[in-house]
Amino acid sequence: MLYFTKWKAALVLLVCALGVVYAAPNFLPKDVLPTESSLLPSKQVNLGLDLRGGSHMLLEVDTDSVVRERYDALADSIRSELRQAQIRNRPREATLQGAEVTVLKAEDAEKARELVRNIEPNTVMSGEGNNIIVSYNEVAMKELIDRALSQSVEVVRRRVDELGTTEPSIQRQGTNRIVVQVPGLDDPSRLRAILGRTAKMNFHLVNGQKTAADARSSGLPPGTMILPSADEGDKAAGIREYLIDRRIVVSGDNLVDSQPTFNEGRPVVSFRFDAAGGARFGDVTSKSAGRSLAIVLDGEVISAPRINEPILGGSGIITGQFSVQEANDLALLLRAGALPAPMQILEERSVGPGLGQDSVEAGEIAAVLGLVFVIAFMVISYGRFGIYADIALMMNLILVLAVMSVLQATLTLPGIAGIVLTVGMAVDANVLIFERIREERRNGRTIINAIDAGYRSAMSTILDANITTLIAALVLFSFGSGPIKGFAVTLAIGIITSMFSAIWLTRLLIAVWIKRRRPNELVL
Amino acid sequence: MKPLHLIPDDVNVPFLKFRKIFYIVSLVMVLASVGLFFTKGLNFGIDFRGGILVEIKTDGPANIGALRDNLGSLGLGDVSIQEFGEPDDVLIQLQRQDGDEKAQMTALAQVTDALGDSVTIRRSELVGPKVGDELKEAGIYSVVISLLLIMVYIWFRFEWQFAVASVIALLHDVLITIGFFVITGVQFDLATLAAILTVAGYSINDTVVVFDRIREYLRKFRKMELTDLLDLSINSTLSRTTMTSFTTLLALIALFAFGGEAIRGFTMALIFGIVVGTYSSICVASPLLVVLRLKRKIPEGEEGQEANA
Repeated sequence: MLYFTKWKAALVLLVCALGVVYAAPNFLPKDVLPTESSLLPSKQVNLGLDLRGGSHMLLEVDTDSVVRERYDALADSIRSELRQAQIRNRPREATLQGAEVTVLKAEDAEKARELVRNIEPNTVMSGEGNNIIVSYNEVAMKELIDRALSQSVEVVRRRVDELGTTEPSIQRQGTNRIVVQVPGLDDPSRLRAILGRTAKMNFHLVNGQKTAADARSSGLPPGTMILPSADEGDKAAGIREYLIDRRIVVSGDNLVDSQPTFNEGRPVVSFRFDAAGGARFGDVTSKSAGRSLAIVLDGEVISAPRINEPILGGSGIITGQFSVQEANDLALLLRAGALPAPMQILEERSVGPGLGQDSVEAGEIAAVLGLVFVIAFMVISYGRFGIYADIALMMNLILVLAVMSVLQATLTLPGIAGIVLTVGMAVDANVLIFERIREERRNGRTIINAIDAGYRSAMSTILDANITTLIAALVLFSFGSGPIKGFAVTLAIGIITSMFSAIWLTRLLIAVWIKRRRPNELVL
Repeated sequence: MKPLHLIPDDVNVPFLKFRKIFYIVSLVMVLASVGLFFTKGLNFGIDFRGGILVEIKTDGPANIGALRDNLGSLGLGDVSIQEFGEPDDVLIQLQRQDGDEKAQMTALAQVTDALGDSVTIRRSELVGPKVGDELKEAGIYSVVISLLLIMVYIWFRFEWQFAVASVIALLHDVLITIGFFVITGVQFDLATLAAILTVAGYSINDTVVVFDRIREYLRKFRKMELTDLLDLSINSTLSRTTMTSFTTLLALIALFAFGGEAIRGFTMALIFGIVVGTYSSICVASPLLVVLRLKRKIPEGEEGQEANA
C-alpha cells in the first residue's frame, strides 16, 4: 500500500500543480493577470454580492394583469366581429377566465357562437345561453406569459444597463420572477425607483366637454375615464383629476428616444417619436389645437399641456415639477421602454461597498488564524505526521480556491465560514488515519504494517463520514438561496478536495519519507 | 519531542455504566428544548418572518435612544434597534408590515428618509411576506430532506439499529441546538439554519466513526459482552473524536472572534452544535444500541469480505 507507482505519484503531484496554477490568479493583482484569451489561467474567485457590495432584487411580474389585458383585447375583437354581423351585445368585466361577451338577443346566440368559434387560434369557447366566454388554451397561455416574462427581462436589462454599473446579472426565475443582481451599486434606492415602475406612457386628449368634477356628479360621457393628476403644479391650482378620452392618441411604444434636459431653467424630459408616431402626433396636434393633451404615465396624468400649435417634428418635451433626478429617471424609463406588466419587489438585499470590504477582511483574518491554530495543534499532536497533514491542509485550501476559480463558483461570507469549517474538518481524515496507526503500533505491528493498516481501515470510515456531510451540503445547495448556497458550495468542494489531499497527498509524503529514511522508530 | 496525546492511550472510561445518567440528561435537555420552542419560540429573523433590516454606520458612537425616538415615530410597528459589533454600527429591524410587498417597500423608503444623510447605510434587506413564507417552507424541507437522506444512507450502510440510534442522536443534537437558540434569543435566520444542517452532518459523521468501530469489533470479539464491547469501541475512538472536535472548534473559535458580527450567530450555532454532537456520539448514540437490542449475528457475506479489512 505504501508503494507508489511512478505514474500514481506523478498524478498526485500533477493535481497539486494544477491546483497551484489555477489558484494563483487569486493572489495576483488584477492588472498583471493574463487576458481571458491567453492559455494561462486568469480567473479569480467570483465574490458574492455580500462581499463585493451590491444589490440583489427578486421581482415578480404581475402576469395576471397581462392575461386580463389580453382578454380585454380579445373581447374587443369579438365585439367588433359581432357588430359587423349586426349582433347586439354588451361587454363584461374582464376576468382571468376569459373574454366574456353577452349577446342581447337569445336568438342571436347560436350565430354569434359560430362567428366567434375560430376568432383566434388556440382558443376554447364556453359559456351558457347568451354568455359567450372565449379563453386561451394552455399552450397559448403559457406562450403569453412566457413572452411577457422575456419582454420584462429585456426591459429590466435595458433599465439596469442605463445605470452604468459593471456586470449586472438579470435572470428569469420560475414562471413569473426575475432576479436582478447589480454589483458595486452605492445607492439601491435608485435601482428600486427604476425597477418599481411600469413606465407605460400614452398620450390622450383631455375631454373638452366636461371637467372631471362634473363627470363625477353627472356620469361619465361614453369613451372617457377619470385619471388622477400627478403634477404638483396642478395640485396647487386645485386640479386633482382629469377627464380624458379613453382612446390612445399616440402610444409610448412609438417613442425612440428620451433625454433629460432643461427648459426655462427647469428640468424637463424631451422625447422623440418614430415616423409613424411622429405623423400621428402631428396629425392630432393639428386637428385639436386649443385642446389639452394629457401625458399619462402608469395611470396618472403627469402633465396636460394645451396644444397651441401643431407639433410636426415628431418630438416634444414633458414639463412637470421634476427634480433633476426625477427627470433623469423618467427619461431613462422612457428610453428603456415600458414593462408589459407591473412588477413588485419581493425581496431586496443590498450591501454597501464598505461592509463588503470589512467582511472580506474579517473573513481573511479568521481563516488565517483558524489555519494557524489548527496547523500548530496538528504538529503538537502528531509531530512529523502532523506536518504532513498540514501540508495536505494547505494544499486542500489551494485546491478549493482553484476549483472555485475554475467553476466560477461564488464566494460569499457564509462561504468563507464554510472554508474555515473545512479547515477544521479536513484534518479529520488525517486524525482518523493517524489514530489508527497509533493503535496498530500499540498492537505490535511494524511501522510499515501499521501505516498500511491505518490507511486501509480508516478508508471506509472516512468515506462514510464525508458522504453524510456531503448530503447536508447538497441539500443546502438545492434549497438555499444566495449566500447560503455559497456556504454549501465551499463546504462540498472542501470535503471532496480534502479526501484527495488528506488521503493521497499525505500517503505520498509518508511513502517518500519511509523510502528515504527507512525509519525504525515511529514517533506518533 | 513526544507528540501530545490529548487522550491517554490506555483510556478506559466505563461510559456504558453511566448510560442511565446520560439518558436522563439528554431527555431533560431535549424536552426542555422542545417545550421552550413551543412556549417561548425562536427569535426568527426577517428571512423567515418577512420585514426590513437596515445596518447603518454613524459618525461617532451611535445615539440609540435618539434613533429609537426618530424611527419609532414613523408608526411602522415594532422597531428593534441594537448596537452591532461596534459602538458606531447599528442594526435596525422592522417587523413585517401589514399589507403586501408594496407596503414593505414604502416602509423601507420611510426609514432611509428618516435616517437622512448623516449616517451611512451599510446594508439593507427587505423580505416581503411571500418570500418569507417561501424561505420558511424551503428551510423546513431542507431539514427534513437532509435528515431523511442521511437516515437512508446509514440504513443502507449499517444494520437498522445503527440507523435508528444515529438518527435519534442526530435529532437530539438538532433539537438541543434549536433549544440553545430559544434560550439565548439569538436570531434564527437562513445562516443559522445552514449551521444546524451542518451540525446534523457533523453529528452523524462523529457517530458513524464510532459505529464503524463497533461493527469491526463485533466481528473481532465474538464472545465479549455487548456493553464491554461498546465501551471498548468508544474508548478506542475517543482520541479521534475529541481531536477532530477540537480542531474544528479551534477553527470556529477564530471565526467567532474575528469573522465579523454578521456571521456570529451562525458560528455560535456551529460551536454549540459540535459540542453537543460530540457528547451525543459518545454518550447517547452507542449506549442506545443496547436499548435497541443490537444482535451479534452478522450476515455471512459481509463477514468474509470485511474481516481482513
